[in-house]
Amino acid sequence: MTPVLELRDLQTSFEMPEGTVHALRELSLSVSRGEILGLVGESGSGKSLTGFSINRLISPPGRVTKGEVRLHGRDILPLPDSEMRKLRGRKIAMIFQDPMMTLNPVLRIETQIRDVLLAHEKLSKSEVRARALAALDEVGIPAPEERLRVYPHQLSGGMRQRVAIAIALLHKPDLVIADEPTTALDVTIQGQILALVQRLCRDRGTALIWISHDLAVVAGLADRIAVMYAGRIVEEGPIDDILDAPAHPYTRGLIDSVPVPGQRGGRLRQIPGRMPALTDLPTGCAFAPRCARATENCAEVPQLMPFGEDRKVRCVHPLAAGEAA
Amino acid sequence: MTEYIIRRVLQALLVLIVMTMLVFFGVNVIGNPVYIFASSECDQACLDAIITDLGLDQPIWRQYLTFVGNLVQGDMGRSFTHGVPALHLIFERLPATLELAFSALVLALAFGLPMGIYAGLRPYGWGAKLIMSFSMIAFSLPVFWIGIIMILTFSVQLGWMPSVGRGDTVDLGFVEVSFLTLDGLHHLAMPAFTLSLIMMAMVIRLARAGMREVMFTDYIKFARASGVPERRVLGAHALKNILIPIVTVLGMEFGGVIAFAVVVESIFSWPGVGKMLIDAIAVLDRPLIVAYLICVVFMFVTLNLLVDVLYSLLDPRIRLGGGKA
Ligand SMILES: Nc1ncnc2c1ncn2[C@@H]1O[C@H](COP(=O)(O)OP(=O)(O)OP(=O)(O)O)[C@@H](O)[C@H]1O
Ligand code: SF4
Ligand SMILES: [Mg+2]
Repeated sequence: MTPVLELRDLQTSFEMPEGTVHALRELSLSVSRGEILGLVGESGSGKSLTGFSINRLISPPGRVTKGEVRLHGRDILPLPDSEMRKLRGRKIAMIFQDPMMTLNPVLRIETQIRDVLLAHEKLSKSEVRARALAALDEVGIPAPEERLRVYPHQLSGGMRQRVAIAIALLHKPDLVIADEPTTALDVTIQGQILALVQRLCRDRGTALIWISHDLAVVAGLADRIAVMYAGRIVEEGPIDDILDAPAHPYTRGLIDSVPVPGQRGGRLRQIPGRMPALTDLPTGCAFAPRCARATENCAEVPQLMPFGEDRKVRCVHPLAAGEAA
Repeated sequence: MTEYIIRRVLQALLVLIVMTMLVFFGVNVIGNPVYIFASSECDQACLDAIITDLGLDQPIWRQYLTFVGNLVQGDMGRSFTHGVPALHLIFERLPATLELAFSALVLALAFGLPMGIYAGLRPYGWGAKLIMSFSMIAFSLPVFWIGIIMILTFSVQLGWMPSVGRGDTVDLGFVEVSFLTLDGLHHLAMPAFTLSLIMMAMVIRLARAGMREVMFTDYIKFARASGVPERRVLGAHALKNILIPIVTVLGMEFGGVIAFAVVVESIFSWPGVGKMLIDAIAVLDRPLIVAYLICVVFMFVTLNLLVDVLYSLLDPRIRLGGGKA
């Protein structure tokens, strides 16, 4: 079956005065119907940019300079802007991190829902209202009639994120890109939102890309994960296999730095150093300066190679199962 | 909300009281109006009679109290030169000034908003540079100079535009207006444009700055990512947010525009209150000057009050002031 979304060898670059910076390189990944892909990596690794490259909303001077974005097998990169607009919200929806900022502060919830509905469908006033009410009801918002009339600041953070999710799902999109939608919320609310999105996507067979810098969040949610480092995917595969036996030293480091509940005292191991800036990446493997396993073989950028069945890793010295970095 | 308005009204009253003192005492220390009435043969006895008649023999604080007492009853005294109630003269001339000022406001918004929005969206293009240069010139060149140059160019050299008066007016029952006749519009165009330039420059700057800020917010990205057409994103989602500072500044500036109309009215012989003020100052017609100044103060105070109310209508976060933040 063709995947809902497939990125092939994507490259996104920024035209800067001091030269072109490639923020995403050789980026390939895919998500199928009903599948949840976790996209993890530290700040600045290119997670959000991946999302914006998919729906082509990168702010200038950035643009996709290479590769393909295939939606149901069709490359949508060459589409004119007007066609691309019709896919946004209808086929590919997006949810953002900060629910305080995602909803327009000066427009009523009803207006914001209506605008998205009317962006893709011709509906009468009463139809708009019915759809809006149903959408709010579906994400578990009590007394939706009253909520329609309020402004975002009159809702709590959790409620706002529910509204944003309701808006994103209005047209039953085939793919939802969720960019850290729970990071700004309390832990308990976080859990509720996670469960909500998971349920809605599973019920409808929606493919979901869940972006997070928090491996713990992704662990309980995703079917597969892709780990990003400095604009490249360094490891990809089924979540359980990777969490059990990471093959890339960076993934290993990420896992080791997550605190395990009920296991106090064991010192958390941090990855030494920090991610290099895109402007001065090392010539070889970008992780080499921080990697304990680095050798002279790492002086050339490794390819993303198949590893075991259904996994891929970008490392010349991948870890065997259980091996420490 | 009601409490808020009451508080603002009380503040406004206080400002009014202080201003009546400043205006009254300020005007009463300059010149001696007795000589307006005295013929060249008037001897001391005749002068004394005039002084008593005008109440100028009283101590100044008593004169002030009389003035305030009359003011409360809506009586601002009779113009020395015209011999009719000063307020009456002002109300006769005010519509012309208001028409000029409102036309300027409409021009400022009609041209300033699109220019500012465009410059905010393409801040580095040629168009934006041109627009910003225009706004800088409009802001810094003296109004009287622009007015004179316009008259020299369009009236004297080219002979396209009339340079004097209101042209044909239409009587709407309670006011006479120029903008409903072609000839009136023809007369209105140059003075209104001249008066609008400073406001237009401000609108351009505010709209540009607002647009640049708003376009990076998550709610604009969210609206775009949901497929809301660009026209709607800019025309409603972004515009409503950038209007908030513009309304505030324009509202506060509008009183100044009416005051500034003095210059424009003099240049274009526009029969408004500003022109009347200049004439009144020339002959030291105290009641008329005081009445004018009191009216201007009253207008400023009312405008500020209106701006606050309008502002709270535009920004729901203020309207519910004190509620959830
Ligand atoms: N407008 C821009 N101009 C130049 N470089 C940019 C721009 N936007 C993003 N980048 C670069 O792209 C890289 C990836 O940014 P991105 O926002 O995708 O990171 P992220 O993984 O989402 O991080 P975070 O966890 O902080 O959200 C950054 O390192 C940044 O340098
Ligand atoms: S390629 Fe070399 S430097 Fe890069 S992660 Fe693997 S071992 Fe470390
Ligand atoms: Mg991000």
